[in-house]
Amino acid sequence: MRYVDEFRDAALAQALAARIAARADRPLTFMEICGTHTMAIARHGLKALLPPHVRLISGPGCPVCVTPQAEIDRFIALGREPDVILTSFGDMLRVPGRDGTLETARARGADVRVVYAPLDAVALAAAHPDRRVVFCGVGFETTAPATALAVREAARRGVTNFFLLCAHKTLPRALAALSADPALALHGYLCPGHVSVITGTGIYAPIARDFHLPCVVAGFEPLDILQAVYQLVAQAVEGRAEVEIQYARAVTRDGNPAARACLEEVFAPADAVWRGLGVIPGSGLRIRAVYAAHDAAQFLPLAGDPAPEPAGCACGRILRGQCAPADCAHFGAACNPAYPLGPCMVSSEGACAAAYRYERGAVHV
Amino acid sequence: MNGGLSMSDDIILLAHGAGGALSAALLHDVFLPHFANPTLTALGDAAVLASAGRLAFTTDSFVVDPLEFPGGDIGTLAVCGTVNDLAAAGAVPLALSAAFILEEGLPIALLTRLVASMAATAAAAGVPIVTGDTKVVARGAADKLFITTAGIGTLPDGPAPAPHRAAPGDAVLVSGTLGDHGMTILTCREGLTFGSALRSDCAPLNGMVAALRAVVPDVHVLRDPTRGGLAAVLNELAAQSGVCIEVEETAIPVRGDVRVACELLGLDPLHVANEGKMVIILPAVDADAALATLRAHPRGAEAAIIGRVTAAPAGRVHLRTALGAVRILDVPAGDLLPRIC
Repeated sequence: MRYVDEFRDAALAQALAARIAARADRPLTFMEICGTHTMAIARHGLKALLPPHVRLISGPGCPVCVTPQAEIDRFIALGREPDVILTSFGDMLRVPGRDGTLETARARGADVRVVYAPLDAVALAAAHPDRRVVFCGVGFETTAPATALAVREAARRGVTNFFLLCAHKTLPRALAALSADPALALHGYLCPGHVSVITGTGIYAPIARDFHLPCVVAGFEPLDILQAVYQLVAQAVEGRAEVEIQYARAVTRDGNPAARACLEEVFAPADAVWRGLGVIPGSGLRIRAVYAAHDAAQFLPLAGDPAPEPAGCACGRILRGQCAPADCAHFGAACNPAYPLGPCMVSSEGACAAAYRYERGAVHV
Repeated sequence: MNGGLSMSDDIILLAHGAGGALSAALLHDVFLPHFANPTLTALGDAAVLASAGRLAFTTDSFVVDPLEFPGGDIGTLAVCGTVNDLAAAGAVPLALSAAFILEEGLPIALLTRLVASMAATAAAAGVPIVTGDTKVVARGAADKLFITTAGIGTLPDGPAPAPHRAAPGDAVLVSGTLGDHGMTILTCREGLTFGSALRSDCAPLNGMVAALRAVVPDVHVLRDPTRGGLAAVLNELAAQSGVCIEVEETAIPVRGDVRVACELLGLDPLHVANEGKMVIILPAVDADAALATLRAHPRGAEAAIIGRVTAAPAGRVHLRTALGAVRILDVPAGDLLPRIC
C-alpha cells in the first residue's frame, strides 16, 4: 500500500528506536494527546521498541472518551423521539450513558444510523422531509469543520429538518489546563497531526513557552511516531522547548484557513465539560445565533450538572496521564470492550481499549 | 401449471405460502427446475439418504443485506456456509436442506435468480439440495428473503479435525487472502464507492479440503473464519485447545484494496468476515506439503503459513507486528464500527 508501507519499514523503525535509546540519557515521559496516536502505538507495538525509560502515556485526545455521560444521555433522549433519525459516527454507538447506549436505544426502536460524514446526515434530512434528522457532533478541530460545513449547507439548501446536537470540543484551552496541573509529570507532548492540519501549530506555542514543554506534531504511521519521539527526546535532553512539525507532509504552521473560517462562521467558543477533566472554559463550541434554527439543543437543553463517573472508574486520572489503564481496579474485569464501564474502554481510540486489545498481560511492553 | 400467472413478472404474495395452487406453482416453476435431483423430486415429506459410518450435521441461517453483491449472493452464501462447516468438521458433504422465508412483495425474478445461483453453487460443490421448505410472511415481518440451510456429511475413518486439537509445535495456515467478503459487504451496504474492485471470496471449500486431507490425513484443526474474522477464530481455537497461537503480521495475506479500505475506515482486516477461506492447523512437519497442495488448488492459490502453536500462555493469540514487536490479537468487541476520524 503506497504512502503507508514506506512508513512501516521495520529496519528504519529499529534504527530510529536505537537512536532514541542512545539519545535518552534520563527517564522521559511524553504524552500522546490524540487517540489515533494511542491506537497506532498499540497496534504496531511501538512501546516494545522503545527503551523502558522512554514512556508514552495517553492523554485526553479521544473525542468519544471526553464526551460526558450527560451529553450521551441527551443523544439517546433525542433518538427516542419518534420522528427523529439520529445520525452519528460509528464509535459513539457503544458509549454508555446513564441509561444505555445508542446501540441499545436502537434495539429498543430508536432510528439510529451511522454516517461517515455530517453531509450524509444533511442528505438524509433532504430525503426525509417529514423527519427531524439530528447529527451528534462529536470531535475536535479535525471533525468540527465538516460539521460546520453540514450546518452551512443545510441552511443554504433550506434543509430545515437537519439539526446538530453540538458536543464538539477544541484543544488549546484543554491542553493549557492539562499542562497547568501540578500533578502532571511530563517532558513533552506528541501533538495530534489531524487537528494541526486545521489549526496550524500556533496553538502549541503557549504550551512550549509558558510550561517549557516540547511539542512535536506527529503523523500516524510508526516511523512518524518514532521520529517525533526522537525529536522530543532531543529537545528534552538539550533543554529546549519548541514547537516542531514532524508531520510536514500534511501540517503547516498556518493550518487550513478555509476550514477555520467555516468553523468561525458557524460556531462560537463555549465552556465545555470534559469527562475526567471537568469544566474547561472556552474549550467547546456552540452554534451561533444565525444558525440557531439548526441547533438541536432547542428541543432538549443540556441537563444541569454533569453525571458522576461510575464508581471506581479511573478514566479521569487516565485522561490526565496520572495512572495507566492497568492501574484501574475495573480494567479487564468489570470493564472491557464488550461491556465498557468508562469511556476510555469504549472507543477504539480510548487508552483503555488500546491497552486491553493490544497490551493486556504486558506482552513485551 | 401456474394457472396462467406469469411468474417471472410477479411478486411473492401471501398466497404463495398458503399451500394452494400458487405454492405449487412456486415449487414447480422456481425451485424444482433448478434444484432437480432424484431425492428431491420424489417430493416426499423427508429425503431418504443412504450412508455408512459416522455422520456430521450442521445448520446455518443467512440474512445478508444486500442480497446480491460482487462475488456472490445470499444463495451462494447459504450453500457455501454449510458446505464449509461440514468440510471444517472433516466431513464429506452428502446433502443439503434449504428453507426459505420470503417477505410478501419479493420479486419472483429476484428469487429465481438467487435459486439459480444457489443451484449452481451446490452443483460446483457436488452436493445436492435434497429437501426444503418455503414460508411467506407479511411485508415488514422479514427483510426480503432469509435462507436456512442444513447439511449432512460422512466422516471418514480416522482422526477428524477438531477445535481442541491444536498442539504445541503445530503450524498455522490460511488458505488465502483475508477480509475480502466482509469489506465487500460493508462497502456495498454503506454505498462507499472506493471499494469498487472488491469481491466476496464466497466459495465452497470441500474440494480443497479433500485435496489437503489426501496429502495430510491428520489435519488437527480446520475452521472457516467467518464472522469475527481470523482474530475471533484463532482466539476460540487457542481457548479450546489450551494453547498459545503466534502469528506473523507480514505473513498474513490481505489484498491491497482490502487493506486500503480497512485503513480508511479504521478496521482491522483480521476482524473482518471471510466466506471462502479456511484456517488450517497441522503438525509443522506437514506444513510445506500442505502449503504446496493448497496452492495447487484454485481455492488456495494464495495460501500461506502464518504462524505456529506454542504451549503458553494458554488461551492467548499473539501477533508479531511488521516492526517486530509482539502484541495481543484480540477478538472484535461487536459490530465493526468505523472510527470517528
